Amino acid sequence: MKFSEQWLREWVSPELTTQALADQITMAGLEVDAVEPVASAFRGVVVAEVVDKTPHPDADKLNVCRVDDGSGEEVQVVCGAANVAVGQKVPFARVGAVLPGDFKIKKAKLRGVESRGMICSASELGLEEETSAGILELPLEAPAGKDFREWMNLDDHTIEVDLTPNRGDCLSLKGMAREVGVLNRLPLSPPEAVEHASVHDDVFPVHIESPERCPRYVGRVVRNVDVSAPTPLWMVERLRRSGVRSIDPVVDITNYVMLELGQPMHAFDLANLSEGIVVRPAHEGETLVLLDGQSIALREDTLIIADRDKPLAIAGVMGGEHSGVGPSTRDVFLESAFFTPLAVAGLARSYGLHTDASHRFERGVDPALTRQAVERATTLLLEITGGEPGPLSETASPDYLPVERQVQLRAARIEQCLNLALPGEEVVEILERLGMRVVVDGEGSWLVTVPSWRFDVAIEEDLIEELARIHGYNRLPVRRPSARLGLRADGESLQPLARLRRQMVARGYQEAISYSFVAPDLQALLAPDSVAPQLANPISSDMSVMRASLFPGLVKALMHNLNRQQQRVRLFETGLVFRGELDALEQIPMLGGLLCGTRDPEGWSARRESVDFFDLKGDLESLLAVGGDLSAWRFEPSEHPALHPGQTARIYRHEVPAGWIGALHPAVRAELGLRADAFLFEVRLDALTQGRLPAFTPLSRYPEVRRDLALVVEEGVSVQALLDTLREKSGEWLTDLRLFDVYQGAGVEKGRKSVALGLTWQHPSRTLNDDEINQLVDGIIAESGQRFGAELRG
Amino acid sequence: MEHLPNLVAEARAAIAAADGVASLDEVRVRYLGKKGEITALLKGLGKLAPEERPQAGERINQAKQQLSSELESRKHELEQEALQARLAAERLDVTLPGRGQVNGGLHPVTRTLERIEGLFTRIGYDVAVGPEIEDDYHNFEALNIPAHHPARGMADTFYFDATRLLRTHTSPVQVRTMKSQEPPIRIVCPGRVYRSDSDLTHTPMFHQIEGLLVDEDVSFADLKGTIEDFLKAFFERDELSVRFRPSYFPFTEPSAEVDIQCVMCNGEGCRVCSHSGWLEVMGCGMVHPEVFRHSGIDAERYKGFAFGMGAERLAMLRYGVNDLRLFFENDLRFLRQFA
Repeated sequence: MKFSEQWLREWVSPELTTQALADQITMAGLEVDAVEPVASAFRGVVVAEVVDKTPHPDADKLNVCRVDDGSGEEVQVVCGAANVAVGQKVPFARVGAVLPGDFKIKKAKLRGVESRGMICSASELGLEEETSAGILELPLEAPAGKDFREWMNLDDHTIEVDLTPNRGDCLSLKGMAREVGVLNRLPLSPPEAVEHASVHDDVFPVHIESPERCPRYVGRVVRNVDVSAPTPLWMVERLRRSGVRSIDPVVDITNYVMLELGQPMHAFDLANLSEGIVVRPAHEGETLVLLDGQSIALREDTLIIADRDKPLAIAGVMGGEHSGVGPSTRDVFLESAFFTPLAVAGLARSYGLHTDASHRFERGVDPALTRQAVERATTLLLEITGGEPGPLSETASPDYLPVERQVQLRAARIEQCLNLALPGEEVVEILERLGMRVVVDGEGSWLVTVPSWRFDVAIEEDLIEELARIHGYNRLPVRRPSARLGLRADGESLQPLARLRRQMVARGYQEAISYSFVAPDLQALLAPDSVAPQLANPISSDMSVMRASLFPGLVKALMHNLNRQQQRVRLFETGLVFRGELDALEQIPMLGGLLCGTRDPEGWSARRESVDFFDLKGDLESLLAVGGDLSAWRFEPSEHPALHPGQTARIYRHEVPAGWIGALHPAVRAELGLRADAFLFEVRLDALTQGRLPAFTPLSRYPEVRRDLALVVEEGVSVQALLDTLREKSGEWLTDLRLFDVYQGAGVEKGRKSVALGLTWQHPSRTLNDDEINQLVDGIIAESGQRFGAELRG
Repeated sequence: MEHLPNLVAEARAAIAAADGVASLDEVRVRYLGKKGEITALLKGLGKLAPEERPQAGERINQAKQQLSSELESRKHELEQEALQARLAAERLDVTLPGRGQVNGGLHPVTRTLERIEGLFTRIGYDVAVGPEIEDDYHNFEALNIPAHHPARGMADTFYFDATRLLRTHTSPVQVRTMKSQEPPIRIVCPGRVYRSDSDLTHTPMFHQIEGLLVDEDVSFADLKGTIEDFLKAFFERDELSVRFRPSYFPFTEPSAEVDIQCVMCNGEGCRVCSHSGWLEVMGCGMVHPEVFRHSGIDAERYKGFAFGMGAERLAMLRYGVNDLRLFFENDLRFLRQFA
């Protein structure tokens, strides 16, 4: 809601500066978004009359005019506007005037003719944004010599209030004034309400088929209006200051009444209506060309205003092009109706529309305004366009009109909610100021009747909010909540996400946060086997499918950084991935990482080599080890369509698949235009957060025995399998098994590799003897020979 | 015997001339070793007349002791020199940076959320999370935003179909918690939220953290106290001015917007606060009875308050970030600043 401060002050004028008034409105919950002067700064402009006009001797498009600027002496001025005419009243910038943009008016000669001042257009005075076609014509009653700013009331501000959806009652001058009156305990001075007697008996019939959606419809025929009459400047200005463009006097009047009272109205050209108005649901297949020229197909759920033949308007949203008032209109039919909020709610949006009318009806228009608005519009019509009013006709179904709401209010509840014992008198006083009727309803209880304009007040809490609001939120008490201190069980083996994040940070990774929706082609490349939900209304096609993996976001971030000379990239992200059709959707928390660039940060002692699979695996293992249960995890050679087939492992925790690790597939890299190798992993968070409670084993006092073995096997044999066999065959006293070398090259047959292993045994209660260890080692060698063709390296 | 003084002088010269522990040892062997010259003199004592022996023996022993002690001190000297030389040779430029990985860092949004979670969990709130693809019921209906409510226009919603959507706020987590837990409830709900809005000051995804407290004796005064404490703690400013403005959220009644004195200009007025001196930082209110009804909580017995804020906005104010979109570009030059 945007309005002129002066207009508001005609209704109610507290002794507050503009800023103080704006602050007061804001603090009452009607947030003032902007306070701006209605006109740019200019001075030295007066009202003047054009008394003479002769063509310029040396220029076709210029005229030499003489104007009476009230100074007692006529002033000669050269004017280039086509619409300048003798007898006009115009804004005239005298020599010495300063126009917006610090444009100073000086004496000048134009093609040899002296010009002392300037006749101004609206845009030159900053009253219009677009360049005006000609000079601004003022009404003839404008007094020559009067300061133009003063005469136009330009020392005014527009106040723009960003209203919350509950306060539809403030979408008018009347509503804003009511609120300001409440805050300042001031009465309102509304314009005089007149009930117009009919000059003729013409009534246009109205039939309402859907009274539940339109319980009241008030109309009036006004004959012989002069639509060529100009809208008076004061009205144009007020509309302008509310952000509404002047169109023609009839439309301007309906807009003005809407701004003033809050009742959206419509004016039909009676000549374009056949037989009578019908308020009914649209029929399948009906179309309507709207005022803005677009043609829409109406749906059956839509309430429309129609005549016998055709739809005329979408009820409460927008009128049609063909039934509106135009230059040839003589007789108008004024409409003012009450449409219930539910009848209009969502309707405009469903057609991609949003209008001042729908905005108001959705939030609730005071049903008491319906008649008042027609009378007010009639007053203005008669003043501006003339005409003969007919009788006011009302079609109403009282059963469907909003019922007067009564809400119980208990003093105890006020105190419980606000921690404040508001005195009863203050409660009653505040509510009555807000237009509520309050009657005592037993001890510490009132019955409050809500005024017709407050659609938002329905329950006790609403009344308490009103009390708090008017009393002042910042005057309400402040307290700290108290609570019983109860301990809660906390799984010691569970690793908090924060701990996992810090492990990644300690390994040199920066945390990324990428959008949960990604480009379908990127997803198809990086998670091709996945099914993920598609947004019905994405912001753009490259953010239209939910991510089924963290890979697309990480890879996108990698490319962003590589494109900005950041060659060494270590990123991780945590968040949900979305898998499956909507009806069988899984939203799985994951942690993923990406590694690219050199192993070490560039530095004086850094190794320059690039990272490989095992760098990422090492980082991942450090993460898996956070829960103290690394041995629960297993990496199995596997294939993933986005990853290198020879450098990919599926990750299992206790044999349950939990994630993937691998090098980005060279073909995928080529597709993305990525030059560097990149390594990726992602693991389910529910697995990562699992850990192990430490379980103590007594320390043995007896010596350890260590044996080192170098086994030569085919290079395709997985070390994991070898280790599993060793562990199986090493007896129960094996305390440590470590892999200390993997070698291929001189001394080892081509196609085979030497795997060096260190085995440590220790018995808890005695010294192990060589024989039993030798026996175990022999068993290990025999078994691995049998299973993998392993031989002891010579 | 008579050449003993010469021998001592010669030996002393040799000790002084020794340039290392090894050559010094050669000197020792030459004079004091088993076959050394001084040792030989001692061995030759027997050839002297018995009456000369004591005196000569004493002189030779004296000479031996003198040389031993000089050898010892020379040895110590040489060791010291060697140590000094080694230390000098091992000198490093200790201002060179250390070797190994550099730390990464948390995203500023995570940092902010963790900090807020920390402030609240420390006084007994739990952290609750929930799904991001939500249904109409939890995101709207249960929060007193029925279909066609004008408040649905307040948040532009991403839909999948008629009823499934990306949550527009973290409030559904509150609903889910209230449905599954008995009061007292004290939770904060951090997470990603989505609105179909994208311009200089809006991204289609951002983060919220909401708080909810439901108990028997909870009032608007407790809400005010909690919010004031929180904002002062978050910005580490005890004197921070906080004000509450009436506002509207369908799920709270009474509702308030919270403004703080601008932390950029201390309320003097600047570009960040649009020269008003105030910054809107969060919304809050008392839980609407209708929300309690949907969640199966007795609204006569229990009261509750809820509050919510945008993590990016708070991070921007706290760290002075001036462009919202940077949060989701994952530019390392940006991320590293919050390590």
